[in-house]
Amino acid sequence: MTTPPNTSWVALVGNPNSGKTAIFNVLTGLNQKVSNYPGVTVEKKIGKARFADGEQFDLLDLPGTYSLTPESMDERIVTEQVLNWIHGNNPPSVIVSVVDATNLSRNFYLTTQLADLGIPVVVALNMMDLVIDKLEIDLEKLADDLGVAAIVPMSATEKWGQKKLLTVIQKSRGIKNHENPFPIFLNDDISTALNPLQYMFEREFGYNERMSTAQALRLITRHSTLEIYNEMSSNGVPTDSAFMESLENKRQDAVDILEDLGIKHRIMEATLRYEWLDSVLTAAKINIDPQIAETNYSEKLDGLLTHKFAGPAIFVLMLYFIFQSIFTWAIIPMDWINSGVAWFGNQVLNLMSAGMLRDLLVEGVIAGVGAILIFLPQILILMFFMTLLEDTGYMARVAFMMDRFMTMIGLHGRSVLPLMSGYACAIPGIMSTRTIDSWKERLITILILPLMSCSARLPVYALMIGAFIPAANVFGFINLQGLTLVMMYFLGTSTAFLLAKVFSIFIKVEGKSSFVMELPPYRTPLWRSVFSQVLNRGKLFVVNAGKIIMAISIVLWFLASFPKVDDPSGNENSIRNSYAGKIGRTIEPVIQPLGFDWKLGIGLITSFAAREVLVSTMATIYNVESDGEDVIQLKDAMKSDMNPKTGMPIYTPLVALSLMVFFVFAAQCMATFAIVRNETNSWKWPLFMIVYMNLLAYGASFIVYQGGLMLGFG
Amino acid sequence: MTLFDLIDGDIATVQSFTGDMELQSRLVEMGILPGIRIRRIKTAPMNGPIELKVRDYHVSLRQVDARNILIEK
Repeated sequence: MTTPPNTSWVALVGNPNSGKTAIFNVLTGLNQKVSNYPGVTVEKKIGKARFADGEQFDLLDLPGTYSLTPESMDERIVTEQVLNWIHGNNPPSVIVSVVDATNLSRNFYLTTQLADLGIPVVVALNMMDLVIDKLEIDLEKLADDLGVAAIVPMSATEKWGQKKLLTVIQKSRGIKNHENPFPIFLNDDISTALNPLQYMFEREFGYNERMSTAQALRLITRHSTLEIYNEMSSNGVPTDSAFMESLENKRQDAVDILEDLGIKHRIMEATLRYEWLDSVLTAAKINIDPQIAETNYSEKLDGLLTHKFAGPAIFVLMLYFIFQSIFTWAIIPMDWINSGVAWFGNQVLNLMSAGMLRDLLVEGVIAGVGAILIFLPQILILMFFMTLLEDTGYMARVAFMMDRFMTMIGLHGRSVLPLMSGYACAIPGIMSTRTIDSWKERLITILILPLMSCSARLPVYALMIGAFIPAANVFGFINLQGLTLVMMYFLGTSTAFLLAKVFSIFIKVEGKSSFVMELPPYRTPLWRSVFSQVLNRGKLFVVNAGKIIMAISIVLWFLASFPKVDDPSGNENSIRNSYAGKIGRTIEPVIQPLGFDWKLGIGLITSFAAREVLVSTMATIYNVESDGEDVIQLKDAMKSDMNPKTGMPIYTPLVALSLMVFFVFAAQCMATFAIVRNETNSWKWPLFMIVYMNLLAYGASFIVYQGGLMLGFG
Repeated sequence: MTLFDLIDGDIATVQSFTGDMELQSRLVEMGILPGIRIRRIKTAPMNGPIELKVRDYHVSLRQVDARNILIEK
């Protein structure tokens, strides 16, 4: 926990789709820091918020979960955090339990588990705008019955209620509810069975009666709760092997006693808790047996959107629209950035006196970074659509529609979202595979995910397509450039699917798979939240890519500019004889069969840091080469680059195609493999990926180029 | 009969779960327990998972798992 002890901080806990993140955004504004939990790549979001009197506090947004017994990795984080708190490890002063007002009973289930912890719980009854005329309840009585400090109705979408929520949070700090008894009635049989576990918790950890009952129930529900205790030792909790063995034995004894009584231990806590909760809700005049025959607007919409035939067709059309728009809409801002960078470079040229520093700035830094900046509009558009699909609730439908197909190729319905995020960037994609609860399907999803063409390849595709693929129309209405782009995405995706099937046959890993997934109601996205997510991703791209690219551009400029040879006959020779040129020419024989010359060779080497670096590398090379008084256009430079011997263009549409295919498959972005190492906890899988992807890239490129030559292209 | 046998659009009451189904912990936590009424809404394209309405929300699960949920109409 980065929050310093002794200051008050507040935790946000809630079901997936309860609007937790929307409340987080409303309370913290843009004042947020996203990092990871130690050792795992579960996103940890901390923001700063203020009470009405100006006092500042930290707000932690925990991953969405249905209960405090862990199943997926995300839920495990919540359980671990909660267990740390009850062991006195910097607990929050208040837990805000976010509840979706349209879905009370299931959301309150988690609330009642939180109420056992001895930390004040404030319920944020979100989405009240959707039920305001239907829900008339005595909130004070309900809060009392549930054992929470207060229930605050609010709407994060319409932005009301948050002031009241802040006031109540501030007031609720320090409220003690340790002495309250466990609210749920347990009969003698169950009490007797739980007793040894309870006693052990009380003796070893000093839990109060309520907490020890709750933990005993949780422990017999799922074996995974036991594993959490096992990992607690790293946090100073005395859980040696003797203790764990004793806990495990006592758990098994309790399970045996209950099974003998005909009580199913796996469903006991939920059955008891829901029984109690439903009675509390009924007393508060909340209808817990809703009209399940009633068809709401989401279901009506799904009549079309997840229809047997129309559903998948709409999904494909939507994808096609997104990729076409990346090319058409982005052109205007790309032109602005292009001229902006050229203008800026020329300003620097005019302002500074000639010399090495000016050359470094103009030819190295500005040309290199500018070449990447230009693709920002396309990346932002892609991010925008991905966020939109996610926030409206459509992504869950995609998983629902695709699960059968995904299972056939060895994946999981939940693989769809990570794979689609992979179109933006493999790293968040790999991280979001955590929602797939079966390890085998998760591993396979990770292994093939980098084959989804990420936004870092977009600059390469865009450069090659823009320079070498004519902007003609096929059949009068399909843009050839857009079509080529879609084909690249298709090539990566279909190969990924094929390999998933192959891997699922050969990889033997244990893991059971299930697909219990909520289909949240369609909701108008919070634009503010969408834009802040898009902005954050964009910022990340510029900063991360910018750092690498700036460094590589500078190093490259030196390698390309030295040793300086006084060669009056032309500049081409000077870069050929530079250090970079030497490196490029060394590997030229290996890549020549793919149609690549030594300049692209330099680009291939640098692109191992990040794919888009190829573009900045080429830009730096041509700018050093021209050594002129102008920042040159990379596209034009590549097109007009002639082989001095043959007088023919070096780069042809066939070379461009071969290069693009190489980039579809090659394992280049090293950050991806660092993440895979984290997620799979070994170097085995990232190394496997690097080998298979690069073999695939070389082979496919070879076939494209040599095949193309044989057919008389190029 | 099991949830698998229920026709799209029909309503039934959950009776129990068969066997040592791991999944049942997750289902009951989400409020799908014996005694609750559920409506089967539809089957996903390509004969995929099924969509249910239970309590106040919609949830999907695979047909294999639906075979383990005993119901009564």
